[in-house]
Amino acid sequence: MRIVERLRGAPGRGDTVRASAARAGRGRDSAEPEAVTTVQATLDVHVRSKRFDARQVLGDVRVRIAPGELVCLVGASGCGKSTLLRIAAGLDAQFDGSVHVDGHAQGGPTRDVGVVFQEPRLFPWCTVADNIAFESGGAAPDDAAVAALLDEVGLAGYASALPRQLSGGQAQRVALARALAGRPRVLLLDEPFSAVDAFTRMKLQDLLAGLVRGKGIATLMVTHDIDEAAYLGDRVLALDANPGRLREEIVLPKGARDRDHPGLSACRNRIFHALRDAHAI
Amino acid sequence: MGVDQAILPELGSAPPLDTGAAAHAPAPVRERARDARRAPAIARAWLVPAAVLLLGEIAGRLGWIAPNLLPTPSDVLRALVDLGGHTVAQHVMASTARVAAGYAIGVTLALAIGSLVGLSTTARVLLDPSFQALRAIPSLAWVPLLLLWLGIGEAPKLAMIAIGAFFPVYMGVVSGITGVDRKLVEVACLMRLRPLALVRRVLLPAALPSVMTGLRNGLSLAWMFMMAGELIAASSGLGYLLTDGRETSRADLVLAAIMLLAVLGKLSDTGMAWLEHRLLAWRDVLGTGSDTR
Repeated sequence: MRIVERLRGAPGRGDTVRASAARAGRGRDSAEPEAVTTVQATLDVHVRSKRFDARQVLGDVRVRIAPGELVCLVGASGCGKSTLLRIAAGLDAQFDGSVHVDGHAQGGPTRDVGVVFQEPRLFPWCTVADNIAFESGGAAPDDAAVAALLDEVGLAGYASALPRQLSGGQAQRVALARALAGRPRVLLLDEPFSAVDAFTRMKLQDLLAGLVRGKGIATLMVTHDIDEAAYLGDRVLALDANPGRLREEIVLPKGARDRDHPGLSACRNRIFHALRDAHAI
Repeated sequence: MGVDQAILPELGSAPPLDTGAAAHAPAPVRERARDARRAPAIARAWLVPAAVLLLGEIAGRLGWIAPNLLPTPSDVLRALVDLGGHTVAQHVMASTARVAAGYAIGVTLALAIGSLVGLSTTARVLLDPSFQALRAIPSLAWVPLLLLWLGIGEAPKLAMIAIGAFFPVYMGVVSGITGVDRKLVEVACLMRLRPLALVRRVLLPAALPSVMTGLRNGLSLAWMFMMAGELIAASSGLGYLLTDGRETSRADLVLAAIMLLAVLGKLSDTGMAWLEHRLLAWRDVLGTGSDTR
């Protein structure tokens, strides 16, 4: 049903076939997302300009992310990182530009885009299961999909717990499960691990990397943490401030994903220099 | 050693700090721990009233206070017994029924108008200042007007009670809805909730703590306004009993009515507190687990 709907809404331009293939691939079991080998970006955010009253927050910025790719967005506070993320999420429509997911122009929040904020933002009166299944009106007593998601984020057995019974890291795991509940094509994260302790952060980083790469989700993550960007990102985008513009794009080597990998410090240095050039540090 | 023994049971029955463990602890164990804690709490709550009653009894018996001014507790009890269970029940029922009906009217109006004012900026601009002005009017100021308009029947009393219950509930609903965390609304927006679903699934639950406070305050004000109504003109109810006691110079009757009011007010408030505790168990607040009963 869902595939049919997607095929019907054919995108414009000449990429119909490729886009359809990509979307059809999505409907298949997520066990083989690699089957879709397309150069088309899953997420394509193009902001020509974004203003808050007289102040221009974002200049011309374009971010394209492939399936399964994890892109980190770094820059000084107030350079428009979070604004860019909110635009991509469909929470802010007052801008000049466009957002495409799988070639479809977006006019607001959709099921294809999951968002995790800095705070878990769970509904405190709902159980963990109801929070995860909130969009579909709450969880059935033995919801297999919810149980599977909880298992994936390492919280099996917590379905009936209330948010107040969770630690900060656990709550953020639930927020991640909720963002994944709609089987999104795109995941947007706004400093998701900045409020948890260092050890929990490492665990959550590994969890996130495993989930988005395994499911082939195009991921954009705002972070203030150079180590996090170097460790998690396939690419790191450094933004200039006033107005926010792409300063530098750092493509990190594939496969160097051990925390003690010697190449990691070189990546870290490149991000550091980019941020220093952008006067963020 | 002795100190340890005194402190340890207290610690043992305290709510577990590790909430993860609490979620998995078998329910009967927690229930038992709570029961063990509650019994002494009730006993402690009775400590002061019992002491005051005892002191009153002794003071009256020994002639420290003139019995026509402050009758002993046993005299008050005798006055109630002399009235007869049937008569007492009739007065209690008359007052309770008035409070229930007036409260229901006031709460219904407050929920409807409060929701409107909370949800719609236009309604807030148009209505809220007027309601704030009406709220400032002292309860007794309404009495002459209500008597003029509605006569000396049941209607003015119900209207009084409804007015009393209305404002706390109205305030609770408005402040509850306008105070909902914008961040939660944003999440609901991401989930593309329709306006009605947003109200039902996010705004109302989030406003519930404030609404419950309003409902509780409204109920105690309903009892107060009931008394104001019944003192003016009534042929039944606790206000009538009070007036009767005053006119016949029977302090025991007056005190009996006052005590009945205290008991009724406390009972209804306990019911509301229980309801609040049930509905708001999800809150992560200091009061969780140690309810005031």
